[in-house]
Amino acid sequence: MITVNKLVKRFGLKTVLRGMDFAVQPGEFVALLGPNGAGKTTFLRILASLSRPTLGEVNIAGFKLPGEASQVRARLGVVSHLPLLYGDLTAEENLRFYARMYGIANSQERITEVLEMVGLENRRRDLVRAYSRGMQQRLAIGRAVLHDPEIVLFDEPYTGLDQDASSMLDVVLKTVAAQGRTVVMTSHDLARAEELATRFDILSRGVIAASATRRQVKKTNLLEFYKQALAG
Amino acid sequence: MNQKPLALKILDLVSMLLLLAAAYLAIVVAPTEKVMGDVQRVFYFHVGTAWVALIGFVFTAVLSVIYLITKNLKWDRIQVAAVEVSVVFFLITIILGSIWARPAWNTWWTWDPRLTTAAIAELIYIAYFMLRQGIDDPDKRARFGAVYALIGGLSAPITFFAIRLFRTIHPVVIAGANAEAEGNFSMSGDMLTAFFFALFAFTIIFIDLFWNRIRLGEYQNEVEERKLKAAY
Amino acid sequence: MDDRRRAADQSGQWSNDHGQNAGGFFKAIGAIVWKDLRAEFRSWELISAMLVFSLLVILIFNFALELDIKTRQSVTAGVLWATFAFAGTLGLNRSMALEKDRGCLDGLLLAPVDRSAIYFGKFFSNLAFMLIVEAIVLPVYSVLYNTNLFQPGLLLVILLGSVGYTSIGTLLATMSVQTRARDILLPILLFPVVFAVLLAAVRASGGILDNLTIADIAFPINLLITYDVIFIAASFMLFDSIVEE
Repeated sequence: MITVNKLVKRFGLKTVLRGMDFAVQPGEFVALLGPNGAGKTTFLRILASLSRPTLGEVNIAGFKLPGEASQVRARLGVVSHLPLLYGDLTAEENLRFYARMYGIANSQERITEVLEMVGLENRRRDLVRAYSRGMQQRLAIGRAVLHDPEIVLFDEPYTGLDQDASSMLDVVLKTVAAQGRTVVMTSHDLARAEELATRFDILSRGVIAASATRRQVKKTNLLEFYKQALAG
Repeated sequence: MNQKPLALKILDLVSMLLLLAAAYLAIVVAPTEKVMGDVQRVFYFHVGTAWVALIGFVFTAVLSVIYLITKNLKWDRIQVAAVEVSVVFFLITIILGSIWARPAWNTWWTWDPRLTTAAIAELIYIAYFMLRQGIDDPDKRARFGAVYALIGGLSAPITFFAIRLFRTIHPVVIAGANAEAEGNFSMSGDMLTAFFFALFAFTIIFIDLFWNRIRLGEYQNEVEERKLKAAY
Repeated sequence: MDDRRRAADQSGQWSNDHGQNAGGFFKAIGAIVWKDLRAEFRSWELISAMLVFSLLVILIFNFALELDIKTRQSVTAGVLWATFAFAGTLGLNRSMALEKDRGCLDGLLLAPVDRSAIYFGKFFSNLAFMLIVEAIVLPVYSVLYNTNLFQPGLLLVILLGSVGYTSIGTLLATMSVQTRARDILLPILLFPVVFAVLLAAVRASGGILDNLTIADIAFPINLLITYDVIFIAASFMLFDSIVEE
């Protein structure tokens, strides 16, 4: 579903990603872990076609980036730590706007479906600025899957959420994953990642330092694995 | 770091000699102009600096296009050098023009098309540096700089026409519109020599400074690079 | 993949490249304008700020220039355009800051539409805000100074001037909100490059208010049109470079 070959990203002289290889099979839920500044967000922005690779190949759902970005965008949903929503519009209006941007047919039906999925159908006519952080984040997920993308990218979705909001987000994330989508999620919260992901990749110094499936990690324990990967 | 190339050392020396020679021609050899007297002598340097600054600005716009196509930071460094040197030369042009205008038009400044366009061009390129100042990512800085320099370069000629239209419909406040004031002395042989020599001298001086400034940019770049290497 | 999508895949409407065709392009522009106007007509934040600011500028000009009947005649066009230019930066800054603050600019860029659709969407929204403010300032000014500003020629000039101002203003505001200095940078970037528009617009407006014929002001009007065409084209081509990383 996603293949990344020898990806290099430089900002001026600073090299953030140094020949990174990465692959995701359809239906996988990959947690991309790593310390701050390891390049997780940079990498996700490249997958999201918001940032161009300096060198290397990125292939998503059979399309090349950045050349075929438009096709990739149609198949991709992104949730970042910012909500990407307009405060002066209601939840429904926000979704209607994005539905138009994505050229979705039968948008009304789909909007209702999505609002139900993220548990906001009762608040659909409320302004987003009146939403709590957790509700905004859930709506942001609704926005990201509105066009039914095959791949969803989450960039630190739990940032700034309290316990309650986090567990509600868990439910939504699980639903998204259960719909057969391929998911890549960055996080520095190992516990959350452990609960959701089917594979764990550790990003360190601009490359994938280690990768393990859920089963492999179960035997040792994620924290040990994480520490070893960073040390090694 | 590489040594200063011999050619540049020679050019430095030649530039200095040319400046002295141009000054000698303008001050000693060229005859005193009948109407305006000695102050007319700034004219040689005024036109000389204006000539290279304007070429520099046109070159800047070309460099914008080259950078936006190639995305190679080398062209950005060259553009910064071009803008910086041109801005300084243009400032000299404006100051010399003022010195000449005081006795010729009886004022330091008039809002005539050329002067106003000159002032606005200076402001555009000062804004160019302010814009760059606010951006940390070198690629983004280069892109924004290139875009703005291009827009500035496009707008300057239109501005010139706009002011001319404004001033030709309205009566010119200062007696002796500059077109006549500037053109109404016929140049004798020695004057022409001084004039063309000044153009030539300033072209060489411009190239010399431009070259030096590009090298300075390369050094800055290298310093940054070494700092980054040391940090790892 | 769920059934609904598989069905949609077969009908070819789902997995295809929405937004690649002209219909998607215009739809996206329409969507952006729709959401901007919708949000604005709810909060009135941007327009009210521009409007109050415009009236304050006029007030300041009134006393700074001592606008009596005689001087008023000759400076009306200048006062109007200075007011529009100042209020315009306020609106442009706000409009683009709204996109930047909650990451919405990324949201727009993630949509499978051509980048220039985003530019034109924001351009038309900003133009709409500007024209709305102008539509309110004009009658107020007419009442305050007992002149009739509702002349077709003047309205045409205001439209042309606003198009030029907003076309380049949208591009530069998109740039300035992405820098550290943000709001303070926009007027510094914008004014030197829209100088020609403002001059031509003042000249043309002044001519119309002095009851000159269209032939007399053909030159400034042509200049405005030239400027509009050049800068819409330039912004269209350059917008990509200022939103892509």
